[in-house]
This record gives sequence, structure tokens and C-alpha cells, in this order.
Amino acid sequence: MIKSRAAITVILFFAWFPLHAQTDEMALIPKGKFMPFYSFTDDSVTVDSFYLSKYQVTNSEFLKFVTENPKWRQSQVKKVFADEGYLKHWAGDLNLGPDSDQIKNSPVTNVSWFAARAYAKWKGKRLPTLNEWEYAAAASHKARIANRDPEFVQTIMDWYSQPNPEFMPAVGLQEANYHGLHDMHGLIWEWVMDFNTVFISGESRADQGELKQFFCAAGSAAATDADKENYAAFLRYAFRGSLEADFSVGNLGFRLAMDH
Amino acid sequence: MNFENRAPRYVIICLTFLIIAGCSETSEFNPETADIVGEEEATLTLPPNVPPPIDRDHATKLIVNMEVVEKEMRLADGVTYMMWTFGGSVPGKFIRAREGDMIEFHLQNHPDNKLPHNIDLHSVNGPGGGAESTFTAPGRETVFTFRALNPGLYVYHCATAPVGMHIANGMYGLILIEPAEGLPEVDKEYYVMQSEFYTEGDYGERGLQPFDMNRAIEEDPEYVVFNGSVGAMMHEQAITAERGDNVRLFVGNGGPNLTSSFHVIGEIFDKVFYEGGDQFQTNVQTTAVPAGGSAMVEFETEVPGEFILVDHAIFRAFNKGALATLAVSGEDDENVFTGQQLERVYQPEGGAIQDIPEEERIVPVAETLDERIEFGRETYASVCQACHMADGTGIEGAFPPVAGSDYITDNPDLAISAVVHGLSGEITVNGEVYNGVMPRQNLTNEEVANVVTYIMNEFDNGGGQVTPDDVQQVREQSSLDS
Repeated sequence: MIKSRAAITVILFFAWFPLHAQTDEMALIPKGKFMPFYSFTDDSVTVDSFYLSKYQVTNSEFLKFVTENPKWRQSQVKKVFADEGYLKHWAGDLNLGPDSDQIKNSPVTNVSWFAARAYAKWKGKRLPTLNEWEYAAAASHKARIANRDPEFVQTIMDWYSQPNPEFMPAVGLQEANYHGLHDMHGLIWEWVMDFNTVFISGESRADQGELKQFFCAAGSAAATDADKENYAAFLRYAFRGSLEADFSVGNLGFRLAMDH
Repeated sequence: MNFENRAPRYVIICLTFLIIAGCSETSEFNPETADIVGEEEATLTLPPNVPPPIDRDHATKLIVNMEVVEKEMRLADGVTYMMWTFGGSVPGKFIRAREGDMIEFHLQNHPDNKLPHNIDLHSVNGPGGGAESTFTAPGRETVFTFRALNPGLYVYHCATAPVGMHIANGMYGLILIEPAEGLPEVDKEYYVMQSEFYTEGDYGERGLQPFDMNRAIEEDPEYVVFNGSVGAMMHEQAITAERGDNVRLFVGNGGPNLTSSFHVIGEIFDKVFYEGGDQFQTNVQTTAVPAGGSAMVEFETEVPGEFILVDHAIFRAFNKGALATLAVSGEDDENVFTGQQLERVYQPEGGAIQDIPEEERIVPVAETLDERIEFGRETYASVCQACHMADGTGIEGAFPPVAGSDYITDNPDLAISAVVHGLSGEITVNGEVYNGVMPRQNLTNEEVANVVTYIMNEFDNGGGQVTPDDVQQVREQSSLDS
């Protein structure tokens, strides 16, 4: 009897604790509609409410993960799950290297999709879907949907015009967006669960022929704000299209999501 | 051009032989089936340099290693831009291959890059020109092979979505597929590629300038440049030749939007292989190079001097940066070009008679200082006063004063020289710097003596007298520098 009560307590504790942690670190993104860059008025995408981390996973957080999960260490990870660039900016399996202080709170990069997914699972969470991510990232500081706002779009574009800083900046230095999310733009790229569902073959002009939405996106003749947004978002879709799940890329990390 | 007159007969005979030999060879040569002999890595060069001509007489397996690097580079003095480059330069490295070669292309995307990239080579027969086969994430490498079936000068560029942005950020270059028989030997070969940049800041605005999508869509660039930056081929970086050289320019246009009206000021293109193809036009002044297209131009540098490469859509040249210099050294050849032989005031309505031999005009000869001053007053009023003003005070910033002028009192010969030789460049008068042009005046020695004497005496310059002999003395010196 005592035993089973203890067990229940333990279960309750664990059931409660993650929830608390989640709501603390995560923002609730309310259900809503948004218009992906390739869409026009009548084909908005509806996204159900979900939780999304306010910050990307950092190097020190990921270090904890590989410490507890040896099979995800650089030296032990299966080659099919991560290419040779995996965590290459670290000095060793469990060593962030001489610049540890500068990068411990920076987003972890050089992680494969498999590794990101495993981390999420270890945390009892998941990666956001492409639509969830794009919906949450459409918010500016002031507005829930700003992906047609030229000023907001230009700030996104400016990241591509900046050289890499000497050290990856820490997470959370930029002002949070409407949902309370930091660094959705301007710091790194982020993995999403279904990154490979949008087909971009690399021959973007052919894609436009095959996929009507891309044709529409890139083919409109007038110079409009929507066109400008096309380019900021188009770059993200193109980037995702160049990836495979075992790739480790220097400017690519992730954040976590969870069902509501 | 007068090759026939100059070339000794044996050269003509040799050429004829070569042409016949070349023809018989090419009639058998099939770039699609030619044997691939050996393997080598292509030498790639940074602009404006071109790899040496290919001396192989067979097709080979040619390995091209092209690294994509995103880096901050100079766009103009004080202005930088985040360039996306093939091989670390804009335009990208020049590739030279031979018709029939089997080209194994390696595209390497540097791990520090933010974007995926690919390459579309216009010399490829195949989907996307290789774009799909080379779609490469940062930190990855892709490989594909194509056969060089068509000789010519081709543009390559990145074709990753959004294509316009990748090209606008610097991702283009040239690949030359030499015909099997090779190109005729020339003395100098250079690589020149025009392109535009669309920056948030206006032309010349300092600092790191981000890409401006609106300006790109409106096709309204702030910069139009040769070889990736304003002044990339000027001053110490000018391309060079010697008089009498045969020069071949491999000209490309990366765009992304504008067609170039390519022109070299003071040169006539003896040959233009327009659009980078086999046919050539002779005696061309300006050739159109479309975005994503090329031309090979050839000319002999008949005389020395600075020859300016421009986009003859001329505001691009003088307001947006589309200027480069070809500096040709050597001896003048007056049989072709004399340089300036004469410069004088042209007054269609009559006025002062120009360049009539001196003393032919009837000028009263001054007997006394007072007469000289009096005659000088008349000359001053008709010749000098318009600029230097009736009271000799001039106009600040434009025309220096002749009244109370240290320039004149320090050395009256300078005043004489200014009248007889004219004056240009910087001078300092009473502490003010003037930088203008005074045309030489066609006055007799007597008239000059009078007017300078007048100025010295009537305008508080310490008096004195200048004689026609003094003027003659100064006239015989070419000019006087202060």
C-alpha cells in the first residue's frame, strides 16, 4: 500500500514537473492561420496551438545530452545518423573546447536531424513541424503575423548580408517576438520535423514548373512586398531542400516543440 | 587592319598551312567520341587573369575544384558587401577547358557558409546546366561530370532559389571551352566581367551594405562594376599591354539584370566573337553583352595611352562604377595618332583674332610709363575685366584677384606667363587656393607689357614696368611654375 502510494506520488511528480518546466521555457502558440510565402489569399494554413521553446538548444544543454547518452557522442554516433561534421566545433566528445565560455550559451550547431530528434525525445518533446515553425516565425516583435511587413522582412534578409561573428552569439540576446520567442531569425537556421517535405531539387527554376506554388511565388511580375517576403522565406525553404537528415551544418541548430 | 602589309610572306604561308592542317584535323574530331587521354586538374585563375592556353592535342579528364565562399569584400572605397563567391572572388575563378574534355566538376560549399549553393554552367548539355546535380548544403561537396561538346565562352552562375539573389550577391563567372584546334595566339588575354550590385545604402554610402531586394526587382542598381568592385582594374590594378600587342578580352556579364554596352574608349575591336560563339564581326565600336552572356573581343593596341573600358550606357560608367583601365605602354606613333596639336580659344562671333602672328596687328607703341599704363587700361577692360573685375578683386573661389596680389608682386613673370601661356591647376593667391583654368591670351608682346604694367601700377601691386622684351623672354620659356 505504502509502496503503491509512493509510486503514484512519483508518477504525479514526474507528470507535473515536465509540464512546469515546459511552460516555463516554452511559449504557448495559439491556434491560428498564416499564409506561407508561396500562397495567395485563399490557401492559408491553419496551425493548431502548440508549445515552442523560447530559445534554441544550447551547446551546454546538448553537452548534458551526450554526457547521458554516449551513443550520441561524436566518437560513437552511427555514421548513418550524423556525418563527419557532427559537433566538429567542439574539442572532443564532452569538451566544448577553449572557447567554452563564449559558446556554452550559444545555440548548438553541427547537429544532424537524427541527433536533434533524439535530443527532443530525451526531453519528452519533439521538433516543430515546418508549418508550426513558419507560423511562429511569421511574428514580429509587435504583430502575430508580419511576414508581409517589408521592414520585418528586411531585418530577416539582413542576416544573409552579415559575415559570421567570431563566436556564435548566445541565445536570447535579440528581442522576443510577439509570442515571446527569441532568435527565430538572425541567429541560425533551425531543423524542423518534416524539413524534407517541401521538394526543392536544387534546380529551382524547374521546381517552379513542377510546383505551382513555387511558380506563383517566383513568377509574379510586379514588385510587391509579397515578392520581398518570397525571398526571405524562399531562402529558408531552399536551405531545407539542400539538407539530408544526417547533415551537420555550421549554422544549423534546433529548438523544441510540444503538443498543447 | 593592315596585316598583309606587315606580315612577311613566310608567315602567310605558315598560316595558310596551319589553317589547312587545322581543317583536316577538325573534320575528323568529334568532341562526343574523342578519346579521353589522361587526367589533370584545371588551373583556375582570379580575375582579371586567364589560365594559359591549352597545349594539349587530345581530350582529357579535367577535374575542376570550385569552392563556394561567402565573405565580406570591398565593393568600393569604404564600402563592403557580403559577397557569395565561386572561388573567393567576384567574378568567380576562370575555367579553361578544351572541346571534347570530360569535365569532372567538384562543387565545395565552405562549412562557414550560411546558404546552400549550386552551379549552372552554360557550357553543359544537361538539365539545369548541372544545377540540380550540384545542389550543396554548407559543409558538403557534390560532383558531376559533363562533356564539353560546344566550344565557346560561357557564363556559369549559381541557380539556387532565389536565383536572383544568389546572382546579385556575386555568383557568376566564365568558362572557356577552347575549340579543338585552339585559339589563335595573342600577346595578352584578360578576364573582364560586368555585374550590378543592389545595396540598401546609396552609391558610396560607407560600411557593410546589405542587399536590397526592392532595388533588385526594380532593376535599379547602385553599382555597376567590372570585376566585382569599383576600381577593380584601375590605377595599380589596371590591365596592361604594350604597343603593338594583340589583346583578347574574355568579356562576360553576370547581370543579374542589365545588358552591357561594352566599349573601350579609343579602341576599335578588330574582331568580336559576339555572344561568345564561333562567328566574328570585324571593326566594332561597342558590343552588346547580355546578362548571362559573353563576348570575346580582340584588338591591336596601335598606340600607347590609357584606354578606358566602359559600359557605354554611360551613366553606369561615371555614376555607378563601370570603369576600368587598359594601360598601354610604348612609343607614340604619329602615323596613327598625334595627340593634341593645337588648343586655342574658338570665338565664332569674331572677337579677338586668334593665333595671328604677333606684331601684325597695329598696336600703338608706348613711349612712356604713363602711356603704357593707359594702353594697358584699354587691354585690361577688353580682355581681363570680365573675370578679374574692373577693380581687380576677382571673384572669390573662381577668379583670383589681380589687385594687391602676392602672386604678381612676388614674381611679375608669373603674370606675364599666365597671359602668354595660360594657366591651369592649383595656385595660391593671398592665401586662397584657386584651381581653375585661364586660357592663354592672344596678345602681342606690346599689349602684354602694357596690361601687366597697368596691373602692377593701378592695382596696388608695387608699381614697376614690364617691357615687350620681358614678355618675349617669358614667351620663349614653355611655361612658368610658381
